[in-house]
Amino acid sequence: MEIIVCIKQVPDTEELHKVKINSETRTLIREGIKNIINPFDENAIEEALRLREKIGGRVTVISMGPPQAETSLRKALAMGVDRAILLSDKSFAGSDTLATSYTLAMAIKKLGKFDLILSGKQAIDGDTAQVGPGLAEWLNLPQITYARKIEVNEKKIRAERTLEDSFELVESPLPALITVTKEINEPRYPSLKGVLRARKEKIIIWTAKDLKINEKRTGLEGSATRVIKVFTPPSPSGGEIISGETSKVAENLIKKLEEHRII
Amino acid sequence: MSNIKIIEERCSGCGKCISVCPFSAIRLKDKKAEILSNCNFCGACIEVCPQQAILMEEEKKEKDLSSYRGVWIFAEQREGKIMPVTYELLGVGRNLANSLGEELSALLLGENIKEQAHKLLYYDVDKVYLIESPLLKTYRTPFYTRAIVDLAREKKPEIILIGASSIGRDLAPRVATRLKTGLTADCTDLKIDKEKRNLVQIRPAFGGNIMATIISPYHRPQIATVRPKVMKKAIPGKISSGEVIEYEPRFTQEEGIIKVIDIIKEEKEVEDLQEADIIVSGGRGLGKPENFSLIRKLANLLGGAVGASRAVVDAGWIPSYHQVGQTGKTVQPKLYIACGISGAIQHQVGMRNSEVIVAINKDPCAPIFNIANYGIVEDLHKFLPVLIEKLEERKKLKV
Ligand SMILES: Cc1cc2nc3c(=O)[nH]c(=O)nc-3n(C[C@H](O)[C@H](O)[C@H](O)COP(=O)(O)OP(=O)(O)OC[C@H]3O[C@@H](n4cnc5c(N)ncnc54)[C@H](O)[C@@H]3O)c2cc1C
Ligand SMILES: Nc1ncnc2c1ncn2[C@@H]1O[C@H](COP(=O)(O)O)[C@@H](O)[C@H]1O
Repeated sequence: MEIIVCIKQVPDTEELHKVKINSETRTLIREGIKNIINPFDENAIEEALRLREKIGGRVTVISMGPPQAETSLRKALAMGVDRAILLSDKSFAGSDTLATSYTLAMAIKKLGKFDLILSGKQAIDGDTAQVGPGLAEWLNLPQITYARKIEVNEKKIRAERTLEDSFELVESPLPALITVTKEINEPRYPSLKGVLRARKEKIIIWTAKDLKINEKRTGLEGSATRVIKVFTPPSPSGGEIISGETSKVAENLIKKLEEHRII
Repeated sequence: MSNIKIIEERCSGCGKCISVCPFSAIRLKDKKAEILSNCNFCGACIEVCPQQAILMEEEKKEKDLSSYRGVWIFAEQREGKIMPVTYELLGVGRNLANSLGEELSALLLGENIKEQAHKLLYYDVDKVYLIESPLLKTYRTPFYTRAIVDLAREKKPEIILIGASSIGRDLAPRVATRLKTGLTADCTDLKIDKEKRNLVQIRPAFGGNIMATIISPYHRPQIATVRPKVMKKAIPGKISSGEVIEYEPRFTQEEGIIKVIDIIKEEKEVEDLQEADIIVSGGRGLGKPENFSLIRKLANLLGGAVGASRAVVDAGWIPSYHQVGQTGKTVQPKLYIACGISGAIQHQVGMRNSEVIVAINKDPCAPIFNIANYGIVEDLHKFLPVLIEKLEERKKLKV
């Protein structure tokens, strides 16, 4: 089975929330924040590896990003994927989800035949959850988003898709694109052997030329959206602290809630 | 092609641009700033550069977009019932349509839902496009995409709003990609730039650490998914003014190769959380899973639902559908009581629109106190039993 996993390198937002806002300029301070594989994409890698272990095949990871995204691809190799491809070119810069999914689609077309594409449900930087379905559209594939469980047999895939209040059991023919949630599995840590192998392995780098892409469809040029402003949300000043003896505090709180007509 | 560059002679290597770049796309190389290929051309760096050493040229595109008119909202239904987010879209959609001086239309897809279509007319909507087919009964990506795209190509709306639900976020990117147009995810505020008729879309990114303003200047329709529970709901009026326009779908059975085999409902509690008026949430401060009984007890007493932080969901103390926050649910109850929750930004984005927030945390510096209306700096193991006791007493007195 040929499996392709799309991964994105993102800043670790868990780190980001710890004091990383410059109170004077109200901007983010990013120094010292490490880049990681988007957490949901690690789940996608893990699922691909498990499928390969069960039914055989090959796992290829693809990432579009700046040269430093290579470190994330090496980590994927260390986890055990067979091949890693980096799509990197100045002309890809400024891609929104429309242009990113197009560029990824062109790379996947170049790869040839495949059975399954896995991606994370969303990237934790933009939180858009749009690249997976967008990619499926460019490649004219069926999609199953927010999968928390998948099973593959023959030319079919079954998945449990997460809805707000229930789960759908969905079946699709292959090839298909699936986006996964964190419930699907627990990503493995790279083994020592894996880390050593990843150091030596070559990362395939493709530029715009290699992909034969329409330059009008990638980068800022191919993007329909423009970010015109970024700002930190105003931090609220906080409300009233109710203090005193415990039972008085409880009484006081109840009184407040009564005043709000909540209870 | 658009281009951004550093004028090296001017760059002093001060690094101000690096700290403001939301995309980590600038680094210092040989004491000069260098822009990397993940640059998003947002221009944040240009504003802060004291040397005016950053230059951006964007290719100007003039396109005639004037044939696109009107605001559409996707009226999401499940099992024939209109979902609450639909009324929120009708609320914000009306404001946008008024700013543009255009019509507001709702798009309703399903089977045997005429009655619902007529009910929507009471929400100050000019048109309801109704598309009925057995294939549209439950949400299926290919049929819904096709139906919306066909209609949008014909009628050319200026704006399409879709709820950022598990259905909307599956559907919107397919529709936008097929129409080769812009899509902004999970917006929390929407306005109109009247001069250029652009939809100004504001949304949190980086887990709520920053807000971004996004437009689609050269593409129509402008599509946005809208975060549930953020916009004000439209209020039904006494008269229905608009009209229902029925529409024939053009797809065939063969186009939908994905089958929905089953819908698995888990415990009823799942539904309760997003619709609950009162939510009592527990975090790592509870110390151990058994202590969720305190949270349950308080929630029961108040007639509310139980929420949780991601830390305790990850620890397996409580199932994931209780999780509130960026990767959990967005809630907007009348009362949210956070017990032993630090209030990380990812948690805050899911609950900060609650009407009244009460936080109980023993650390006075916990960020949750920044957004709490009432803060209680106490050990929850000591405080909650007392609060429960007082509430029980009060209840007895009332009966
Ligand atoms: C991509 C991403 C997505 C995320 N999505 C979400 C999300 O959807 N929802 C979410 O909640 N988090 C989310 N997080 C995680 C978030 O950053 C925090 O790690 C998490 O919310 C912390 O949970 P907590 O407040 O329960 O735990 P902690 O941060 O450990 O806080 C525990 C609090 O309890 C207090 N406490 C301890 N003992 C007591 C006591 N006896 N009495 C009173 N107070 C006590 C402590 O002072 C502390 O403030 C996400 C993170 C990332 C990176
Ligand atoms: N630049 C990229 N390169 C490879 N995969 C990506 C890229 N951007 C997004 N993806 C994939 O698409 C998913 C959703 O991303 P997003 O739409 O940005 O939230 C991610 O979890 C990745 O699997």
